[in-house]
Amino acid sequence: MYTQALNSSDNDDRHVEDAARAAQFQARIDADERIEPNDWMPAAYRKTLTRQISQHAHSEIVGMLPEGNWITRAPTLRRKAALLAKVQDECGHGLYLYAAAETLGSSREELVDAMLAGKAKYSSIFNYPTLTWADIGTIGWLVDGAAIMNQIPLCRCSYGPYARAMIRVCKEESFHQRQGFEIMLTLCRGTEDQKAMAQNALDRWWWPVLMMFGPPDQVSQHSDTSTKWKIKRFSNDELRQKFVDATVPQAQFLGLTIPDLGMKQNANGNWEYSPIDWEEFKQVLAGNGPCNRERLAARRKAHDDGAWVREAAMAYAEKRKSRQMAQAAE
Amino acid sequence: MATPNIPLWEVFIRSRNGLAHKHVGSLHATDATLALQAARDIYTRRGEGLSIWVVPSNAITASDPTEKGMMFEPAESKIYRHPTFYDVPEEVGHM
Repeated sequence: MYTQALNSSDNDDRHVEDAARAAQFQARIDADERIEPNDWMPAAYRKTLTRQISQHAHSEIVGMLPEGNWITRAPTLRRKAALLAKVQDECGHGLYLYAAAETLGSSREELVDAMLAGKAKYSSIFNYPTLTWADIGTIGWLVDGAAIMNQIPLCRCSYGPYARAMIRVCKEESFHQRQGFEIMLTLCRGTEDQKAMAQNALDRWWWPVLMMFGPPDQVSQHSDTSTKWKIKRFSNDELRQKFVDATVPQAQFLGLTIPDLGMKQNANGNWEYSPIDWEEFKQVLAGNGPCNRERLAARRKAHDDGAWVREAAMAYAEKRKSRQMAQAAE
Repeated sequence: MATPNIPLWEVFIRSRNGLAHKHVGSLHATDATLALQAARDIYTRRGEGLSIWVVPSNAITASDPTEKGMMFEPAESKIYRHPTFYDVPEEVGHM
């Protein structure tokens, strides 16, 4: 999902841990206890979580870009205010998540620098462009819908600070999905052109959204340990299926056609979808999606342009501190 | 690209009149004024609070979780501190 790069291979750092402590740790996980920052944890657990939470944070921050693209062009003041609030929420989610990641021992500056250097990943979905206003509706409806599917189980993740951040995020995320669906509904009840615009957006976003859940279970390399550690409670394919089953009736209500002609409902009521083009997913993760370079360039520019603000705020705090100390000495 | 680390603050919010301030999370800010404003923007976008405290994280002294056994043993071994330890005949009624 927001942490897809975890699915790439990484077998280089399996430290040999104190077996007794590792067993004790696993027993706590099995008893559904929460792990807190100062508790002992295997180095691999710390590393996996630092990567997962920071990638999730980067995704929230980069995720502001495709939507920010439409703030000045929202069709009404009501839509503009809602979109602004949503983008502001994404920023807040990024900050909750950086704070949670920091409890594992890396500073926010290190985490952000890794993303800006292209060493840390963010969700593949934000490397697609937002070409029309209907894309904003589709992102809220589907991208945030998929994110909710993924994040609700994370509220019960074994790592306390991550679980608590997810609870806050999930509370806010449901507004995002509803505002997106409302945009789609308005377009679908509008003119022929508006409905065509909605269909076009769905056509372009459907497959990338299904890819958000990550590679199929047979090839997902991090799932086993993540499941054992109760970081992950459902597999990629399970979550993807849940999402598809929830979304098909919503698309039907809108009168839109999901761009998968082979899709059919099986005896269990699940919607079976056609094979996903994992080559496209690999390309986007590798940096070759439609907007990878643009997104990273925008983040770097924002970081560089904001440098003087950070420096000035630090200098001001230093000045005040030394003045207070001088006064106290008098 | 290295940036100097900006201090960490813990945020506490009183959600309703009469309730205690409760820890909600942390944030980075260069000074207390900016920390309060950032806390307002990050943690109270939907009317979550009536009052905010921000405390420099390094000002907090915490107990050591690995010593929690020893730390809290005195409470666990004194069951006579709980009302249920004492028998009161039923005829006496609610006490």
